Amino acid sequence: MSAEKFSNPVVRWIDHRLPVFSMLDHTANDYPTPKNLNYMWNFGSLAGLSLVIMIVTGIVLAMNYTAHVDHAFESVERIMRDVNHGWLIRYIHMNAASFFFIVVYIHIFRGLYYGSYKAPRELLWILGVVIFLLMMATAFMGYVLPWGQMSFWGATVITNLFSAIPFVGESIVTFLWGGFSVDNPTLNRFFSLHYLMPFLIAGVVVLHIVALHRFGSNNPIGIDAKGPQDTISFHPYYTIKDMFGVAVFLLLLAGAVFFFPNAMGHPDNYIPANPMQTPAHIVPEWYFLPFYAILRAVPDKLGGVLLMFSAILVLFILPWLDRSPIRSARFRPVFRIFFWLLFVDCIALGYLGAKPAEGIYVVLSRVTTAWYFMHFLIILPLLSVFETTKPLPKSISEPVLSARSHNTGVGQMAPAE
Amino acid sequence: MFIRSKLCLVSLVIGMLCAPSQLIAAGGADVNLEKGKWSFSGPFGFFDKAALQRGFQVYREVCAGCHGIDYLAFRNLGDLGYNAAEIKAIAAEYEVMDGPDDDGEMFMRPARPADQIPNPYRNDNEARANNNGALPPDLSLIAKARANGPDYLYSLMIGYEDAPETTEVPDGMYYNNAYPGHLIAMPQPIYGDDVEYSDGAPTTTAGIASDVTNFLMWAAEPKMEVRKRIGVAAVFFLSIFVIMSYFAKRRVWADLH
Amino acid sequence: MASPKRTPASSDKDVADPKKRDFIVVATYAMAGLGVAAVGWPLINQMNPAADTLALASTEVDVSKIAEGQAITITWRGKPVFIRHRTSDEIARANAVDGSNLRDPEEDEARVQRPEMLVVLGVCTHLGCVPLGQKTSEVKGDYEGWFCPCHGSHYDTSGRIRKGPAPTNLEVPPYTFLSDTIIRIG
Repeated sequence: MSAEKFSNPVVRWIDHRLPVFSMLDHTANDYPTPKNLNYMWNFGSLAGLSLVIMIVTGIVLAMNYTAHVDHAFESVERIMRDVNHGWLIRYIHMNAASFFFIVVYIHIFRGLYYGSYKAPRELLWILGVVIFLLMMATAFMGYVLPWGQMSFWGATVITNLFSAIPFVGESIVTFLWGGFSVDNPTLNRFFSLHYLMPFLIAGVVVLHIVALHRFGSNNPIGIDAKGPQDTISFHPYYTIKDMFGVAVFLLLLAGAVFFFPNAMGHPDNYIPANPMQTPAHIVPEWYFLPFYAILRAVPDKLGGVLLMFSAILVLFILPWLDRSPIRSARFRPVFRIFFWLLFVDCIALGYLGAKPAEGIYVVLSRVTTAWYFMHFLIILPLLSVFETTKPLPKSISEPVLSARSHNTGVGQMAPAE
Repeated sequence: MFIRSKLCLVSLVIGMLCAPSQLIAAGGADVNLEKGKWSFSGPFGFFDKAALQRGFQVYREVCAGCHGIDYLAFRNLGDLGYNAAEIKAIAAEYEVMDGPDDDGEMFMRPARPADQIPNPYRNDNEARANNNGALPPDLSLIAKARANGPDYLYSLMIGYEDAPETTEVPDGMYYNNAYPGHLIAMPQPIYGDDVEYSDGAPTTTAGIASDVTNFLMWAAEPKMEVRKRIGVAAVFFLSIFVIMSYFAKRRVWADLH
Repeated sequence: MASPKRTPASSDKDVADPKKRDFIVVATYAMAGLGVAAVGWPLINQMNPAADTLALASTEVDVSKIAEGQAITITWRGKPVFIRHRTSDEIARANAVDGSNLRDPEEDEARVQRPEMLVVLGVCTHLGCVPLGQKTSEVKGDYEGWFCPCHGSHYDTSGRIRKGPAPTNLEVPPYTFLSDTIIRIG
């Protein structure tokens, strides 16, 4: 059957023995996709593109980087000054890291809004959270490599989180460092792991896509496609739509890379690491700020660390906290309000993470942290029981419940654009 | 739905833009920043080569007494508009250590264009010993290593003034209205007429401070001009790509009607 | 992507001008390809020698201390350069052969600027080993020049290949006499 698919005899010969073309055809061409996806569904492919950009520029940077405490900072400056186009490649790597997180955060919030984590897509969601965790680890270790002040003190603070573990904490930290402070062995292992982990991410992304294709994409209405009338082939419809998304993404990325390359960084990281002096205001990269705020909201060392990790771990059990059978927030008026409250709460946490831990900021951090956990642990389970939801449409292509007009498809399509 | 998705995006972008506010906060609230008008600002920004040359002169005659500029080599001075012979002549005015020679001795020789501009001190300890225990920071990245780098550097150099009654200035410290905390270990570097410019540019404190700021910005970001030039082309190309892909998308989706 | 079976044009029935539509779609994909190619160049170009590497591309060396019959090895672009102060006997021997009959035909005077000072890259043209013959204690090969121990190439006192697998003579780097005693290589 697959042999008839392709007109090119070479392709047919290969595909008969090694069905890569069938696989490609199945995942990127024929793959039936709900016809009503809006632009929020662009962010999955953008995340994939970000990963590719990071891996390609990263491999190239590694060709010029020296992972040694005496040379790391200097080798990065050599990349910026002497290596052909080195400044461009490094600025892309720096800024695409931030854009990767922006894209993934939007992707996550899209999943939260449209209930994409619900049965039968729980594993798909969990794999996504795994990717997110791996991304955070990768980004953290990457930030250490230039060996500036923020690199060094970020590494010191984050690795010290593990010292909160009772009894074995100190030994674990010594183990992570390979010594008694963040030093050359630490830098070397971070470089090695920073190089390794993107490929682990790529592996989990493959599983993520396999899981996605098992039941197909969720959609803004959140009901399953009932037949061919509800779906369109991925190519050319979503390839060209993704292309448009990619174009906008690259335009914004280029704006940052070429005109504000250091806006999302910290000036202190242009000062070489000095183990004898901590900068006055140390803050993590912006994408860690919400978690940093949660860490600082708790006056207890172990408690803060546990709560910070729990903020991500709670996402793993989300499919079982929100038991409502309705996926999309479109038909859950109360959930929708709480979704936006959570969104504002996360932005607020990010803001508070950048502020000094004193006065009103501490109080606000505690309130927003409490709200974050309340949302997942109390509000969602309660909503699943008590919320009155709106009636669902019959199918994707007949989204209007009662009247049946011939132009429903168009009417539904237009706002999505 | 569309509006809400857009809102979601917009607020995320705003959140993202708020993040760098931490940078500004790092400067401290009570310091005075003079906003200079720099030729290198903006998407079409460029370096004023005459100012860079004057700034380099200020660095050599004033700053280099205490501050190194380790990541610059003489060959980089080509960016300032010097030709190969001029760079060679400038380099030859400096001595750098080389060796060991055939007898195992280190020796001094005139610098060549490929050499880095030598640091006034052999190491940080010597630098501290000569500066009341304070380490004069390296200047090659200083314009990027401080929040609002150029404005800050300029303000710092013109920001020396008499301390207010309430502030006690310890020995070896100076009062500066642009420095976070106001007490700085660096004595006032520029008083006006510290250098003689061959091109007749003003040698007021502000003029000299502005020239050396230009020079330090270039030293920190020597690829800025080419970056912005490529950037304008890239943004132009991608804008067309955005428009084309938008219409291509509409065409492809048209047959779903 | 792999299959052409469903191009926009072929599934198109009701769009007024299918050719125009084809054009914009094809042009968009072409532009994407162009963009990828444009980004490809910096990614490849970064492997070329960096500015600091290129800046070290010339070396100055004082040859006044090389006694007649002695040779020194200096580093130029990370490679050894042999500078030999040849004796009149060695010069005579280099001139004694008819250069046009050699494997890589070249006369001795074409390889030196001053006959007493031979400057060649100390890299065997076979597969890049450093030939022996710089120190008096080392084997100089059958032709009293250099001998490459890796695969047995013999070079004469002009650095020309005379025997063994190497295809060409030892390369003469670009150099100039800045004065009677200083040579700049590169």
